[in-house]
Amino acid sequence: MHDMRRPTAHRLSTALHARPRLRLYGLLSLPLLWMFGVYLVSLAMLLVTAFWTTDPFTSKVIPGFTTRNFENILTTSSYLNTAGRTVGIAFLVTLLCAVFALPLGIFMAKVASARWRNFLAMAITLPLWAGYLVKVFAMRISFGENGPVNWLLDPFGLSGPGYGLPAVVLTLTYLWFPFMALPVYTAIRQIPPNLFDAASDLGAGTWRVIRTVVLPLLMPAMIAGSVFTFSLSMGDFIGTQFVGAKVQMLGTVINQNVNLNPPLAAALSVIPIVAVGLYLFAVRRTGALKEL
Amino acid sequence: MHWRATSAAGVAAALMLAACGGDDGNGGDANGFMLDVPDIPAHGELGEAEGEVNIIAWPGFVEDGSNNPDADWVSEFTANTGCVVNRRIGETSDQMVTLMRSGDYDLVSASGDASLRLIAGGDVAPINLDLVPHFGDLVDGMKGQIYDHVNGEAYGVPIGRGANILQFNSDAVETPPNSWNVVWEPDSPYAGDIIAYDSPIYIADAAVYLMHHEPDLGITNPYALDSDQLDAAVELLKQQNSLVSEYWALYTNNVSSFQSGTSVVGTSWQVILNVLGDGYDGVLPVEGSTGWSDTWMIAAEPKNPNCAYMWLDWSTQPEINAAISQNFGMAPANALACEGSEENEAHCEIYHATDEDYYANVWFWTTPIEQCIDGRTDVRCTSYQEWTEAWASVKG
Repeated sequence: MHDMRRPTAHRLSTALHARPRLRLYGLLSLPLLWMFGVYLVSLAMLLVTAFWTTDPFTSKVIPGFTTRNFENILTTSSYLNTAGRTVGIAFLVTLLCAVFALPLGIFMAKVASARWRNFLAMAITLPLWAGYLVKVFAMRISFGENGPVNWLLDPFGLSGPGYGLPAVVLTLTYLWFPFMALPVYTAIRQIPPNLFDAASDLGAGTWRVIRTVVLPLLMPAMIAGSVFTFSLSMGDFIGTQFVGAKVQMLGTVINQNVNLNPPLAAALSVIPIVAVGLYLFAVRRTGALKEL
Repeated sequence: MHWRATSAAGVAAALMLAACGGDDGNGGDANGFMLDVPDIPAHGELGEAEGEVNIIAWPGFVEDGSNNPDADWVSEFTANTGCVVNRRIGETSDQMVTLMRSGDYDLVSASGDASLRLIAGGDVAPINLDLVPHFGDLVDGMKGQIYDHVNGEAYGVPIGRGANILQFNSDAVETPPNSWNVVWEPDSPYAGDIIAYDSPIYIADAAVYLMHHEPDLGITNPYALDSDQLDAAVELLKQQNSLVSEYWALYTNNVSSFQSGTSVVGTSWQVILNVLGDGYDGVLPVEGSTGWSDTWMIAAEPKNPNCAYMWLDWSTQPEINAAISQNFGMAPANALACEGSEENEAHCEIYHATDEDYYANVWFWTTPIEQCIDGRTDVRCTSYQEWTEAWASVKG
């Protein structure tokens, strides 16, 4: 059996060796099929559905063409407010992640001992191993009226924010922080130590070094991280359900419509797609996407 | 048990129908309410078992002991009939409707916000009651309801029901309230500590309150709101928004909201109150309330009709209906499920299973449709899509 197969396999490899293009396409065909067949086609289907209508009684989707869903969104203040709020939350989360990631990254890469560094790297990535729901529920318990946050603040005569917008921002920051912290840490490690030496030889203080040397070199990594934190925040709806109290985000509205009125849900989901698209477009110019 | 939250819903506006139809069990068209539904024949006779049956059900409705060794009413069914039960858990009513339309399932445990859609969509067939002998034992209040009984034909076999009650923390709320005004009015002593339900169907709760306190609006059924009545309900909900501590969609969040002291009063289910235990109480206020009710429905073209009918009758018999309703936390549909043991009697007492006076004041969840189910023909009522849009405006 071995002997019978060999010549065929041999012929095939000879043929492939002679035709590098065929070899390339052969290798790429599966990922390309996945990319186009599964990823892009389903995205296109979603966009097409946004122009359809729903039978108000049976909730069955009726193919056709109408811009009514988009008009509806653009003329309804609650949808517009919700979209604005969602983008604002996504920006705040991204900003907070960046603000926390910078000092942590510098400490880990330049100050901490190898032992500390490993410990911190593990501490940052460890939450990624826990289930999403578990983490969100932990945040819900933390921010409760009788929860640990209030218990910690109580001796100082303070109380936590409770459920609501601040809790949503903090929860999402906690959830997506590793996606910002890791690229930033990696980028800082890659900054050659002699740049720091040179800067201080020339008389620059710590802050000046961070501002004029570290930050410019970090921008691509920060932007790469922010693509994650921004788009992940735009799509979240479960975190809001647990700690949002009365906060409505785009994800919650889409979730409410997804089975009942799929065309409206599809039209609503165009908003985050456009927002993330615009963001990526702006980011592309900085060259940060090469860091991804 | 988060499924309920996201979806739930059940049923019928039948109080009206019951009032008009009197005591005959099938008063479905007594008030002249007819629905345009596809003509699908009921299964004729019981034949040979096919060997399997595919069921979409709420968690806890179809149990084979794998989750909890004490909850098993599938194994005996399979042993008796030779029908293997394939269960698919439904997470929301909307998802159940979508799954039923795939044609892969024989039965579904439909709640009232799903059932009318399934009937009108031609996805389910009428029930041949001759093949479900235990149907006769069901409590009167669950027969002939609009959610499963259209144009004089039964489309569902009731499983159980529950009311949405006013739950409160007994320490924070010293005198038990007897009106929903503590959750709706701006001068409520509990402003800022009120929990509300996070679903468009909660608009019906506002409508029930308005029905009682603003009779000029002319609401006679909280699921038949014309656009003026819907606006009034939404106005009330927006007023409530500033009093609310949080909205709950997940069962567990209601529990933790009361336990953590975030909320002290608000809408809930008996089964949640049972979990909270001592220190909490619940009432059915004078205005009445909304509620939910679930029924078995059979696919329009079931692959396994005989096994499906065998399951319908099996699960409706007193012992099995008692097991399902006790496992899930609701009032059983079969009156005999309240007899036979102290446990059964105690369960039915807590859930008011046979207390029709209690449920006479409960408006079971039902899908709002453009045709007014209160019988009005001079106005167009608002559909559930419109309710969903209105709900988004309440939360802003």
